[in-house]
Amino acid sequence: MSQRPSNAPLHDNTVRASIAFLVMAGLLILIGVTQSWALALTILNLCIISAIMALGVNIQWGYAGLFNVGIMGFAALGGLATIIISMPPVKEAWQAGGMRVLLALITILATISAALFVHKLFQGKRLHGWLIAVVIIIGVVISRYILDPGVAAIEAVNPASTGYLGGLGLPVVFAWIVGGCLAAGAAWLIGKIALGLRSDYLAIATLGISEILVAVMRNEDWLTRGVKNVTGLPRPVPYELELQQAPWFINLVERLNSGSLAGLNSTDHTAVLQTLVVDSASIFVKLCYTGLFALVLILILQLCVLALDSPWGRMVRAIRDNEVAADAMGKDVTGRHLQIFILGSAVVGIAGAMLATLDGQFTPGSYSPLRFTFLIWVMVIVGGSGNNLGAVLGGFLVWLIWVEAEPVGFWLMDALTSWMGDGSGLRKHLLDSAQYMRVIIMGAVLLLVMRFSPWGLLPEQNR
Amino acid sequence: MTDYLNALVVFANFVFVPALTYGCQLALGSLGVTMIYSVLRFSNFAQGETMAFGTVITIMVTWLLQSWGVSLGFLPTALLALPIGILVTALVLLLTDRYVYRYYRTKRSKSITFVMASLGVMFIMNGVVRLLLGPNDQNFADGERFFLTADAFRAWTGLDEALVIRTSQALTIILAVILVVALFWFLQRTKTGKAMRAYADNENLALLSGINPDRIVRITWIITAALATVAGVLYGLDKGYKPLSYYNLLLPIFAAVIVGGIGKPIGAIVGGFIIAFSEVIVTYAYKKVLTYVLPTDMAPDGLVQLLSTEYKFAVSFVILVIVLLVKPTGLFKGKVL
Repeated sequence: MSQRPSNAPLHDNTVRASIAFLVMAGLLILIGVTQSWALALTILNLCIISAIMALGVNIQWGYAGLFNVGIMGFAALGGLATIIISMPPVKEAWQAGGMRVLLALITILATISAALFVHKLFQGKRLHGWLIAVVIIIGVVISRYILDPGVAAIEAVNPASTGYLGGLGLPVVFAWIVGGCLAAGAAWLIGKIALGLRSDYLAIATLGISEILVAVMRNEDWLTRGVKNVTGLPRPVPYELELQQAPWFINLVERLNSGSLAGLNSTDHTAVLQTLVVDSASIFVKLCYTGLFALVLILILQLCVLALDSPWGRMVRAIRDNEVAADAMGKDVTGRHLQIFILGSAVVGIAGAMLATLDGQFTPGSYSPLRFTFLIWVMVIVGGSGNNLGAVLGGFLVWLIWVEAEPVGFWLMDALTSWMGDGSGLRKHLLDSAQYMRVIIMGAVLLLVMRFSPWGLLPEQNR
Repeated sequence: MTDYLNALVVFANFVFVPALTYGCQLALGSLGVTMIYSVLRFSNFAQGETMAFGTVITIMVTWLLQSWGVSLGFLPTALLALPIGILVTALVLLLTDRYVYRYYRTKRSKSITFVMASLGVMFIMNGVVRLLLGPNDQNFADGERFFLTADAFRAWTGLDEALVIRTSQALTIILAVILVVALFWFLQRTKTGKAMRAYADNENLALLSGINPDRIVRITWIITAALATVAGVLYGLDKGYKPLSYYNLLLPIFAAVIVGGIGKPIGAIVGGFIIAFSEVIVTYAYKKVLTYVLPTDMAPDGLVQLLSTEYKFAVSFVILVIVLLVKPTGLFKGKVL
């Protein structure tokens, strides 16, 4: 379904893409003019992150037809990476229970290798399964015995502000790469288990792993502070308050606004300049993020385009279009699928880390399948599965609609129910539930696009 | 001796009976998934939300009945509302089939396309469910709360510990048995049921012998609606209605279906019980049981809980992974690839 039927008309869609992106830019400028520039930039930043996530999913779905329902989990792993890499380490916590945690980790690794060893040794023999089970149970009991007191000690260290191990205190940009690696690791594990079986099994397995990953992040306070959230993640860009003090920035703002500042007396001048500096600082910070994110987006997009044009890309598309034929030609179908699944998940992980960086905090409670799995799927399908530029466009467009649908939906509901009067219970109920309308609308958009325009806004180019 | 009996009663009260009820609920939900799978050949991701939808309709009708003063005595009023819930859910499922799935069926799309469409349906239902009744907990159980009270049990046996069976639990088990027997009777004995099995077994051969595929598909959806609504309402009566928990049922249901063998009704039932019992056994804190069984000086300090309840879906997942690694066809040799 993701593939263009062979009899569909073929035409170059460069023009279509340019128009689409111009419209997108126009919409953002419209928001900037009518609402505020800071809002427009916030939306743009999230658009870019969404686009990267959509690119990751497009690698899996568009290149190989792999259906990943666990995008949320991979994005959350990226968020976890920002904590592990960028937060300063909590020394007391490390002293209290760090050794135990490390020891428990070593025990778990030892258990896994022991289980693998037993698996090799007893393969095909009668007690095979039971022996592995015994090894794993013993390993779990020992590691719990080591870990539990350590966890209690760590969580007791100043629980109101820390109560966790902290991170490594490295620059946060580094976490983007680590986030990608973590997600790739999880994807390798899942792919090893579920790929090569029925195509639905991958969907079910990813659904499971994502729920478990998020549950771990919600409950393991020693690692992520759980629902207490980790706030104040270090930034890769300057802070607004520092900018407002920096003489070079004030000078810059003064020079840029010299026209409007001229002709004011000195008290007015200072006051107006003050507000201008505050406003521009926030815009400046957002622009810095935009620059960084755009750099990552362009890099990943370029790599995707190059990969799809390479012999590897041709092989991958051949596998997608006819698995049996590709298999007969000696291509390793499951191996390529695993590769693609890992690559796509890594890209999602990178985007997840960028999202946590932009938010400046890691909130395990905020990961919902709706926002992180379903919405990304709508982006890929609407944009045009198999087309990298399409995924980016879908990311931009759908995120914009998602953000703007809430105020519009609320306003619409308000207008439609205004005749009921303020005291009406039904009106209150409808206003409260206006937020669910956008879920329904997004679901409808997905089904409609799948049905009537299965190749999306920017169809894949046949070469 | 009494100590052991007490331990047994505690175990039955907190592990066996809850797991049995939960297993019945999962089995009913899984049967729906497996039916859809064997006839329409895709994993229906909307099953959890279908259960929630059926429950929401039933709750609303229950409230309406309650406001009219109708009640069923010691049974919950929701039982009266159940047929209407099933009817509305069946209607909605038939509509989704007509406007979503039928197109892909006639086009003979890949099964993954169906799965994706079911994801779209799932999210629309997710929104509708919250639109109708909001995201909060709702309690709609009424009637007699207990089938077997603690006092009655203690008076009867003279033990310190009591086995309590709630009406919702007893009802779940009875209804599940009735439904499963009825379903198997239908599949094995009636002409339509046989046609359905033939269609599931070999579509082309079934078409050749004059079986009407549209009719088979319609009946499958209606049966699924009935199973899902009953499962959802029983789950809601037992644990309280909460929209999110129905979404979270999706993983145990899929695990149950795959463990039993995808497309095998008997497998779905066995799988449901395997998942339910593992989940409850692994997440129950055995302190109380062990205090009775072990000598006083060896009584455990901690809760003796293998896994905290937050990780209960990890249990279904681990079982799922083991089955995928060891026996991807499941216990009853379902379909694979």
